[in-house]
Amino acid sequence: MLLRTKLFGTTYEFASVKEVLAKANEEKSGDRQAGIAADSVAERVAARYVLAELDLQTLRENPAVPYEDDEVTRVIDDGVNEAIFREIRGWKVGDLREWLLADTTDGDMVSRVSKGLTAEMVAAVTKLMSNLDLVLGAKKIRITAHCNNTIGLPGTLASRNQPNHPTDSVEGIRASIYEGLSLGSGDSVIGINPSDDSTGSVARLLEMTQEVIDRWEIPTQNCVLAHVTTQMEALKRGAPMGLMFQSLAGTQKANESFGIDVDLLDEAYDMAKRYCNSAGPNYMYFETGQGTALSADAHYDADQLVMEARNYGLAKRYSPYQVNTVVGFIGPEYLYDSVQITRAGLEDHFMGKLTGISMGCDACYTNHARATQNDIENLAVLLSAAGCNYFMGVPMGDDAMLSYQCTSYHDAPSLRQALDLRPIPQFEAWMEDIGLMSDGKLTAKAGDASFFLQR
Amino acid sequence: MTTTPHDLDAIIAAVIEELRAGAAATNGREAPAATGSTSVPAAAPAPAAAPAPAAAPATQQRSGAAPPVTHAEASGRFTGEFGIDLPDPTEPERRHALRVEDPYDAEGLANMASTTTARLGVGRSGPRPRTSSLLLFQADHGVTQDAIHGTVDPEVLERFDLFTVTTRVADREEYLLRPDLGRRLSDQAKADITERCTKSPQVQIVVGDGLSAAAIDNNLAKILPVIEQGLSAAKISLGTPFFVENARVGLMNDINDIVGAEVIILLIGERPGLGIADALSAYMGYRPTAGKTDADRDLICMITEHGGTNPLEAGAYVVEFAKRMLQHQASGQELRRLTADDA
Repeated sequence: MLLRTKLFGTTYEFASVKEVLAKANEEKSGDRQAGIAADSVAERVAARYVLAELDLQTLRENPAVPYEDDEVTRVIDDGVNEAIFREIRGWKVGDLREWLLADTTDGDMVSRVSKGLTAEMVAAVTKLMSNLDLVLGAKKIRITAHCNNTIGLPGTLASRNQPNHPTDSVEGIRASIYEGLSLGSGDSVIGINPSDDSTGSVARLLEMTQEVIDRWEIPTQNCVLAHVTTQMEALKRGAPMGLMFQSLAGTQKANESFGIDVDLLDEAYDMAKRYCNSAGPNYMYFETGQGTALSADAHYDADQLVMEARNYGLAKRYSPYQVNTVVGFIGPEYLYDSVQITRAGLEDHFMGKLTGISMGCDACYTNHARATQNDIENLAVLLSAAGCNYFMGVPMGDDAMLSYQCTSYHDAPSLRQALDLRPIPQFEAWMEDIGLMSDGKLTAKAGDASFFLQR
Repeated sequence: MTTTPHDLDAIIAAVIEELRAGAAATNGREAPAATGSTSVPAAAPAPAAAPAPAAAPATQQRSGAAPPVTHAEASGRFTGEFGIDLPDPTEPERRHALRVEDPYDAEGLANMASTTTARLGVGRSGPRPRTSSLLLFQADHGVTQDAIHGTVDPEVLERFDLFTVTTRVADREEYLLRPDLGRRLSDQAKADITERCTKSPQVQIVVGDGLSAAAIDNNLAKILPVIEQGLSAAKISLGTPFFVENARVGLMNDINDIVGAEVIILLIGERPGLGIADALSAYMGYRPTAGKTDADRDLICMITEHGGTNPLEAGAYVVEFAKRMLQHQASGQELRRLTADDA
């Protein structure tokens, strides 16, 4: 296959579709670490010229890992709607970009076409889009999902209450939950990353969160983000669970490093449908992030954006209530600074929506990345403008267990106020009912965890 | 026209005096006494548009133990009522002060906050955090940045007669981007170590900056003598210690291919957590060589006087670990397997 262009008189030639995709990618330290990034900015743009002319059929025929070798490729390819694919297979990636951005293309039309896309097509068009393209493109795709409430409605922004504690103290976690609830965080989920992955500890946290939800009649769901096998065991023992969680990666080999495969996820999904106490029909919660496949040395020389798009293709199989990228968690050797983290956050959100899943973002950074709290506040504003379904809420953005910084309990109410957004409707009605919100704003009683000592 | 430095001082002093008089008049309040009751910002008048602030928490008031010394007073140019002299907001009593205005249950809130290291009770103005909560976060993040991007104080290295070598990393940026290069010695480093180090000692101590220069600056002087004296007292032979710039833990393998020690002890700065920027780790391995991983190593982490293991105490642990490794000729999972029966 000839993949070649001239640019400013220089000829750039690429050996494979995978190489075109990698070199067309926006600068990422992970791609550079993997030795697959463009050597120059000009080469990057040359790759994009070639990519814009690739048709969707060619992309389907050239997945990052061959169909025979990888079950993630098979899940995605087998999920393609053939009738819709036949309509679009001749489209070039450049045409797809313009079609997505055209005023004559509405959200329903995008959602229909997305059934004919594979992850490589989703990643390809993302590489041709500027940051504002990604905002505008995502904005028109509304994906809603229902567990005990409805996430993703136009004009809403939800917040995961993330009350982590270094040693899983039930009292400490409950205290953080109260602080978060008092600021309007918790409508997407009350979701704890446990420090102890044992079944007993996970079940104890599920019971405590359920008890808080019941006592205050909160229209939300609980989740403890342990390994899926631990949660399945907790469910078997009768622990109360609203959402089941798992981290995903973009290849079969990378998922093996997480201790999961498609059979196990199928089994977990089946159990969630049968044993979760929530209304459904969406019971699953997934987290992803650019660079995970490379860190497991399971990226098959594909770039981290392609790998990330494949996460979403896999997630879609399980009709998740919510999926979020943990965009700056992995460290500067994959996303070096705020420029790269911001870009990746916008890309991931757009790709998730284009894939057809309810997408949020853990806008975050580690202390050795070139980023500050200001940078993720910026990203949160951009993503809120793009229609992001939810962010994390953590006490002052400082996670006491995971040693990274993300958005604060304060940020969801701030973003809602700045951009005229509301919590999930059932949750806002509850906030109003107990006196913490009025007309879309926090009342004088809000921001006080001890408010919840009343019951 | 020429002015001498002395003239300039006089002019500056006069201008400051004038400005101060004007400012005091504008404020329309009596200037506080020079003996030391200058106010902290918590007690300053609120902006007109803001709601009246609640009474400042007791922890935000001056402790009153010692009269404050302003910069101006310290320089001896003038004395007066102006100046800001704040107590350290990172001291525990101020760090953990609750900032919620008019809580439903103040005691209950304090009890809840005491159950977690999460930042609770930080309060709000509109939907945003209180100023003091915001600045404390920025201070805690600030020290992590200074630690990661700082360099180890050369005096600390000189004091212990440590010579410096580097990894294959060119600079701090590449260090963060390419962990693989930080695990390999540069060619010059290999030559220097070959030339300067005693070969085949029982224990080789190496110091590396890792992700925190402050970890070395603040802890080395306490932990290193304890380790050296502890091992010497046990008649264990020590190699020639040295310092590696832009070091990663995996470097232990490369180093021991040259020095051939039985045990390598690497004291290396940890990735700073928010507010704790100087934590040191001691990685220890028995005969490290290419292919050895964390599973083959033992580790004492969070060595710091700021909420971790005290460096003197940690030094004693390191000595015990080294003795056990020599005795069992193993480290890491293998050592745990061998010593499981002892327990």
